[in-house]
Amino acid sequence: MTSPATAPLIEVANLGVRLNTSRGPAQAVRGVSFALKRGETLGLVGESGCGKSVTAMSLMGLLPDSAVVTGSIKLDGGELAGLPDADYCRLRGNRISMIFQEPMTALNPMHTIGHQVAEPLRRHRKHSAAQARKEAIALLDRVGLPDPARRVDAYPHQFSGGQRQRITIAMALACEPDLLIADEPTTALDVTIQGQILDLIADLVEERGMSMILISHDLGVIAENVQRMMVMYGGTVVESGPTDEVFRRMGHPYTQGLFRARPKLGARKGTRLKTIAGTVPELADLPSGCTFSERCPLAIDACRAALPPMVDVGPGHFVRCIRTDVSMAANVGALSA
Amino acid sequence: MSVFVLRRLVTLLATLVGASLIIFLVLDALPGNAAQMLMGADASPDAVRALTVKLGLDQPLAVRYLQWIKGLLIGDLGNSYVYGTPVAGLIAERLALTVPLAIMAMTVTVTLALSAGIYTAANHNRLGDVGVMSLTQVGIALPNFWFAILLVLLFAVRLQWLSAGGFAGWEDGVWLGVRSLLLPAISLAVVQAAILARVTRSAVLEVLREDFVRTARAKGLGKREVLWSHVLRNAMIPVMTVMGLQFANLLAGTIVIENVFYLPGLGRLIFQSIANRDLIVVRNCVMLLATMVVIVNFVVDVLYAFIDPRIKVHDL
Repeated sequence: MTSPATAPLIEVANLGVRLNTSRGPAQAVRGVSFALKRGETLGLVGESGCGKSVTAMSLMGLLPDSAVVTGSIKLDGGELAGLPDADYCRLRGNRISMIFQEPMTALNPMHTIGHQVAEPLRRHRKHSAAQARKEAIALLDRVGLPDPARRVDAYPHQFSGGQRQRITIAMALACEPDLLIADEPTTALDVTIQGQILDLIADLVEERGMSMILISHDLGVIAENVQRMMVMYGGTVVESGPTDEVFRRMGHPYTQGLFRARPKLGARKGTRLKTIAGTVPELADLPSGCTFSERCPLAIDACRAALPPMVDVGPGHFVRCIRTDVSMAANVGALSA
Repeated sequence: MSVFVLRRLVTLLATLVGASLIIFLVLDALPGNAAQMLMGADASPDAVRALTVKLGLDQPLAVRYLQWIKGLLIGDLGNSYVYGTPVAGLIAERLALTVPLAIMAMTVTVTLALSAGIYTAANHNRLGDVGVMSLTQVGIALPNFWFAILLVLLFAVRLQWLSAGGFAGWEDGVWLGVRSLLLPAISLAVVQAAILARVTRSAVLEVLREDFVRTARAKGLGKREVLWSHVLRNAMIPVMTVMGLQFANLLAGTIVIENVFYLPGLGRLIFQSIANRDLIVVRNCVMLLATMVVIVNFVVDVLYAFIDPRIKVHDL
């Protein structure tokens, strides 16, 4: 038996999600496995449509009714996949919380922010209205909303995007969850606000000893905010490992492509951004074999034949590629530059 | 009072002035002289002319319009050409039937429509949804007078639960009055309810796709709780707009339905007065209907501000 201290909080094994899209059924996620200990932080990186948000929503149990989930999701050893909605409701907002990308639309325009922040407390902790309101003010204060005692009765449209994201964070944290899932929490915000919000999330995660899954398409955000990371492409994990390790020596041609494609400060004027040739494949008709093979400069026939296995390339560092001997010789990574 | 309400009030008054002008001009342009109608085809031209002067019909258009408006403001609507009694009294008597009828019809409409709309949205694309939506399709296609006759056949002729027509009045107890208005109210409500149910369904479905619904689910609320506490209030804005418009349709419907059920209401008064060229009654009745419709829509506008906090703030 493993001791509680080292047992994973959340353990995902061979997760698959099949969605009904307008273009027919699509395997949005396949073979995703990871474990997260209490207090650990994990980043999910990838382009839109790579399956990172679907993975998050399957942890929340909030996929559309038509979605088919296979594999296993365990929270403290208890199976979540296939859990009835009534039981899942007791976990959501209580032990697992989520922050969404779009603060402008994530709040109900008809309810005061105080009501919305107090809602999980009233529901899960059975707080009285007065008690929940007091707690909501304290939470709003903690996330840095100015003058919370006065503004608790204001409506969402009276706040800026950054303030609204602070409010959704207060809402997610209300019941002190064990796991926080942040899905592109800063993508919709002004650049100047992004850093503040990420710092706030990082402080809160540390202060409350939560685990966090941070989803982003921005490698910079991932590099600074999580201990471990997974790169997703076409519904599969193509690279995973400790963040420092991955950034030191990127193994997968896709990760390397993402890294080269980021805009750099101090680049000479007129320098074109590097791009990854081709487009993200439709989930409804993924290529057989490596999902990245159609865009990969290193692809050989064997890549298209079968999905490559995860290859161990360093301490805790895995790459789903059969050509790491070539790709890793290029030594792409932050520390090599 | 907020600027919002004041601005709506100004619009309301302007609409009423416009309505009164149109009503007056259209009825004045109608062929057929009231005096001639009253005295019959073989009356002597002198007698007709004398009556024309007596009724004030020889005055210029503008003078007659202003006299009418002045009368409206002080509550003197003049006398009916046909009955010779004050128009105000005639209308008041008939309103005792038509207002309860309209309220009952609206209540039935809203009850049926909201339950059907919310039920179908919550069961989107399932059997119940498809079934109820097919029913509303039928409901929209039904002419209300035909449906009224079917109701009479079933409930009055076959089952003999309710009377086929006529109005029991309020003197012998409220229940008797309500009973005689039941079938007319249902006939009026069915088409409106079918339309409103479809509007409600699509409004609820639209709100269900909003991000804040996902947020509420992520907080641990069940689907049903999210529907009641987060979705409905947001969906009410389009539903109320249509409700306001439907009230006008409903009043127009009373003209037909009151004739089908032999109800001595405002609709029947209008119908008979048109046939008798009792234009002073027609004019005042139509003005009253227009006023009711405008006021209901004003109330709807003000209710928006109570439901949606975003509307209030601009105007405080």
